[in-house]
Amino acid sequence: MTHKNLIIKGIPASPGIALGPAFIIEKEELQIERYQIEDAAAELGRLDGALQTALTQIEALRVKAEQETGPEEAAIFEAHALILRDPALIKAVREIVEGQAINLEAAWQESVEHFAQQMEALEDEYFRARAADVRDVGERVLRLLLNKTTEGAHSLPGPCIVVAKDLTPSDTVNLDKTLVLGFCTAEGGPTSHTAILAKALGLPAVVGVGKRVLALTEDTMLILDGEAGEVTVDPDQASYDAGMKRQTQAAERSAQEKDAAQQPAVTRDGHPIEVVANIGSADEAALALEYGAEGVGLLRTEFLYLDRKVAPSEEQQFQVYTAIMEVMEERPVVVRTLDVGGDKELPYLDLGVEANPFLGWRAIRMCLDRPDFFKTQLRALLRVSPGHDLRIMFPMVATLEEVQQAKQLISEAQAELDAQGQEVGDYQLGIMVEVPSVAVLADQFARQVNFFSIGTNDLTQYTFAADRTNEKLAHLADACHPAILRQIERVIQAAHKEDTWVGLCGELAGDPDAVPILLGLGLDEFSMAPASIPRAKAIIRGWSLPEAQKLAAEALTLDSGRAVRELVRASGK
Amino acid sequence: MQKLTLTVINEVGLHARPAALFVEAAGKYAADIQVRNLTSDSDWVDAKSILSVLTLGVEQDHQIELSIEGDDEAQAAEALRKLIEANFAPA
Repeated sequence: MTHKNLIIKGIPASPGIALGPAFIIEKEELQIERYQIEDAAAELGRLDGALQTALTQIEALRVKAEQETGPEEAAIFEAHALILRDPALIKAVREIVEGQAINLEAAWQESVEHFAQQMEALEDEYFRARAADVRDVGERVLRLLLNKTTEGAHSLPGPCIVVAKDLTPSDTVNLDKTLVLGFCTAEGGPTSHTAILAKALGLPAVVGVGKRVLALTEDTMLILDGEAGEVTVDPDQASYDAGMKRQTQAAERSAQEKDAAQQPAVTRDGHPIEVVANIGSADEAALALEYGAEGVGLLRTEFLYLDRKVAPSEEQQFQVYTAIMEVMEERPVVVRTLDVGGDKELPYLDLGVEANPFLGWRAIRMCLDRPDFFKTQLRALLRVSPGHDLRIMFPMVATLEEVQQAKQLISEAQAELDAQGQEVGDYQLGIMVEVPSVAVLADQFARQVNFFSIGTNDLTQYTFAADRTNEKLAHLADACHPAILRQIERVIQAAHKEDTWVGLCGELAGDPDAVPILLGLGLDEFSMAPASIPRAKAIIRGWSLPEAQKLAAEALTLDSGRAVRELVRASGK
Repeated sequence: MQKLTLTVINEVGLHARPAALFVEAAGKYAADIQVRNLTSDSDWVDAKSILSVLTLGVEQDHQIELSIEGDDEAQAAEALRKLIEANFAPA
């Protein structure tokens, strides 16, 4: 490939920016012949030796992984050892060798593939990703049987970005991590081994970029952007310099900002601004605090419902919510009730397949039609209210009737708990502002709830009538567009008249260009991915409210998202 | 023969470490130990096989059924029950 400055999009797997030459790890595909044998016992006799050697190798790798990367990486090799001793695998191999008089290599390969494919057929992504472990172990034994050198001894020529089809633990354990600048793989997803390893090492990674990267010539210069999930191939001088600058700045800034993140975000004229986190699991709650979150502005509850065959019970939900609340102590936690639709498959809900799931029967629309199902979640939430700052939020509200119906169901849930003698404490009720009808009638909605949280990702796609997952429509996805900013302004104005507070939990809240504008528009709460918090707090500290108000007023008069971003960047802060 | 039904309360189900602990525990006994995922109505598989146990796809709150046969079946049943009920905490 010789395209200067070619940008290849992939999946962001670990944040950070790396610049450096590509080192392509190509694995020799093993050719396995399948043939009839006569002496099955002699054939099987070769297996023990190979398994023993493989176990010794794996133990050595486990020790190395433990020292270099930590116990998580080491546990992978413990699992590998367990696979090598697996009686079902050995039995399958025996049956093929003895029963069909097939050579050991082919029998081994078929048996390993049999289990790997069974794992790939499972629903849960974790199990599917483990198929790679089974094949990794399988290949190790095959190489021993075929007397091929063991893989993984890739000696890196110097600091480089490792490029591969996909990386297994056996591939990465022997890499000199001190020379790896980042990882880029053609295949793999956000839970692949590469992603997990890169995060553990604090290195950037972009995965699933497609086969094109494998055709790169060795030493091709790359810029790897682990935040945007992009790889720039053979950058020109200007892109290279820009990348270099971003890398240096990003490193310095993130170190300083993370230090300051535990301090409140106070504007230069002394107004404290609430900065909170978007989280989607119990684990992320602790992470959010590390990054300086002052609470949770969006707890997505979908994780409780996905990848299971029956709906989560009230008790199960109660326990998860309690665990998160306990991490957050007295800090506020905004919990969004279930937001799923036809884009997700939940076997117990029968959501059906829809042509336009994001305009379909989803979120509050679906929950209101399933009152018993919905009330299970509401009861679990109400039960965590005593002693905590709970705020319940309904997603995808479009009409006032929906708010009234949802409130009715909350009252019923509360009455049911009262009847059981369960205590319910104080809590706030709010709605997401993501359907334009709510922005238009914000004054009416504001009288019905304690708070709004503006979901700019959806508000933008609904305002521009542009699917935000469609790459061709990326130019219609900028939430910095004045068409969105003016709605935000209206919503905040209308809400404040009714003493309703306003948060924003879309990506815009953590967008460095948008932070000063939102500050100027009077936003009360900024909610974002934990990793964005240190930066956003630092930006807030650089502005006074009158300065930000002036900037916001000017932004509202512009005619494009690009013009807004240029205005903010020209402000020189 | 011992038969028992247990609920896996562990957050990740029989994934990774819990699956390994389960298989290692089963491997300590001479008895034949078969396990199946009741919730998904799976077939019986060898509880001493990590690959087979993983293919059961046991997630949180799934019920598993164990069938144990052999001289030390009572001890094996007791040990596996404890392991699952204690949520894989080391004994």
